[in-house]
Amino acid sequence: MTPLVTASGLSLAGRLRETSLTLEAGALTCLIGPNGSGKTSLLHAIAGIGRPAGNVRIDAVDPAGLAPAQLQRLLGFLPASRDVKWPLTAADLIALGGAGEPEIARILVDLDLAALAGRRIDLMSTGERSRVLIARALAARPKLLLLDEPVANLDPLWQLRLMDYLRGLARDQGCALLIAAHDLDLAGRYADRLIIMDEGRIAADGAPGALLASPHIKAIFGIERGEAGWRPA
Amino acid sequence: MRLGLLVLLAAAFALSLALPWAALGELFAQDRSLGWAVLAELRLPRALLALSYGAMLGAAGAAIQALFANPLASPDLTGTTSGAALGAVVTAYLLGFTAPLALSIGSVLGALGALGLLLALAGPKAETATLLLSGLAISALAGALTTLALALAPSPFAFYDAYDWLMGSLVDRSLGQAGFAALPAALVILLLWRMRDALDSLTLGEEVAQSQGHDVARMRIRIVCLTALGVGACVAICGAIGFVGLVAPIFARRLTGGHPGRAILPAAAIGAILLLAADLVVRSAPLGRTLPIGVVTALLGAPFFLWLVAHMRWRLAR
Repeated sequence: MTPLVTASGLSLAGRLRETSLTLEAGALTCLIGPNGSGKTSLLHAIAGIGRPAGNVRIDAVDPAGLAPAQLQRLLGFLPASRDVKWPLTAADLIALGGAGEPEIARILVDLDLAALAGRRIDLMSTGERSRVLIARALAARPKLLLLDEPVANLDPLWQLRLMDYLRGLARDQGCALLIAAHDLDLAGRYADRLIIMDEGRIAADGAPGALLASPHIKAIFGIERGEAGWRPA
Repeated sequence: MRLGLLVLLAAAFALSLALPWAALGELFAQDRSLGWAVLAELRLPRALLALSYGAMLGAAGAAIQALFANPLASPDLTGTTSGAALGAVVTAYLLGFTAPLALSIGSVLGALGALGLLLALAGPKAETATLLLSGLAISALAGALTTLALALAPSPFAFYDAYDWLMGSLVDRSLGQAGFAALPAALVILLLWRMRDALDSLTLGEEVAQSQGHDVARMRIRIVCLTALGVGACVAICGAIGFVGLVAPIFARRLTGGHPGRAILPAAAIGAILLLAADLVVRSAPLGRTLPIGVVTALLGAPFFLWLVAHMRWRLAR
């Protein structure tokens, strides 16, 4: 099967070094690694942020030459920062992602935001704000979703609901998801594939069960699984 | 809403041409051609300058605020107008070029220098305090250099001559001079308006804007150059006028649901209305002499600025 996304020789400001990967349509891939390992840099490089070196093709198209309206249908990006510069309403912010009115109405319902549609983002809780920004990235139904720690700031129930929803998106709409995550258990539970980053490179890539049980975890994260969960090694 | 702004703008422009009516009505009653001459050669350039300079300040303020993601960024508080004034003074009094085109070029270069220095000092992601302090430092430096240039000028009347212009004045400009401000202003407002979607995308931060295909670095350079061109061309003809570029975008964003880019055109309309209104205040002030319009905008704008700072502090403290 031809991969949906092909990235080769990606480098970014010394934080990401000559990294190549492919992403399949319909698969949820989680990107794990310690702080500073290059997870965010890999997402940035694929999204064309910060003038990365290397080649990216999404659905056989070079995103670098596309107009914003076309790019918004190809690629959705959620940054790690939940900072919003101007106090727009939830519906207006989601519309900045290039989605049409029916798509906005649908994502508002899907992420349980309908009651907050007209509320200004600066008057929302951190969790509500996160959900609005996630909705913005998803609303235009792009083929590739690059999400930097989407469950950060969400309560446990919403963490599970969101990951369920994202897995459903991959399965039902055939988009590719690449998610940077810190919660190894959540990544192991929901990912179809796990990529471990270390020092700006892909250190390991494979099925979640096998990778989480591999020596990579102890060597890279400095933790191991004990009876009560993860503990320092 | 848009229609309301247009009606207000048209009314302000018409009033600017018609008021004070008594003198004009008397002239028309005595000599119709003299009445038309006063209207076309005195009042029309003045109204056109208020319209274009006000619109330029409003649009430039909206673009700069969107770019720095900061409601306190404006052409005057970033030192752009002071830099433009310095450029014009150096061109006119030290280099001796007084043609409108030469003044415009000097003024645009001064504005460009000030904005370039601001970006170098504060950086594109400046915090409010850094931005304002850098703007303050650049304004102070440009002000001091302007005074120095006037002191070194060969003409002994340079200070007296430049005073009214430095404080901002729309009086006694010809239609040709008005064109030197109005044409660049119209072009720049149009080009800034075309960047509205890119500026709106900055609401979500530079990373998201870049992921949506917007070249943020190029956008920054374009806005700096366009703002310098538009504001510089207006300052060359009318001097430095403050606070309109700060106030107009703030009201405009209330009409656009907070969208900073979409606020560019409404901010231009509000800026024009504010400056036309300020000019009407200048004309009707019973002082016996013409007040520089920059004094009126500062008297009205400075308390608004203080309120804005207090409001922001209150919001941050919540």
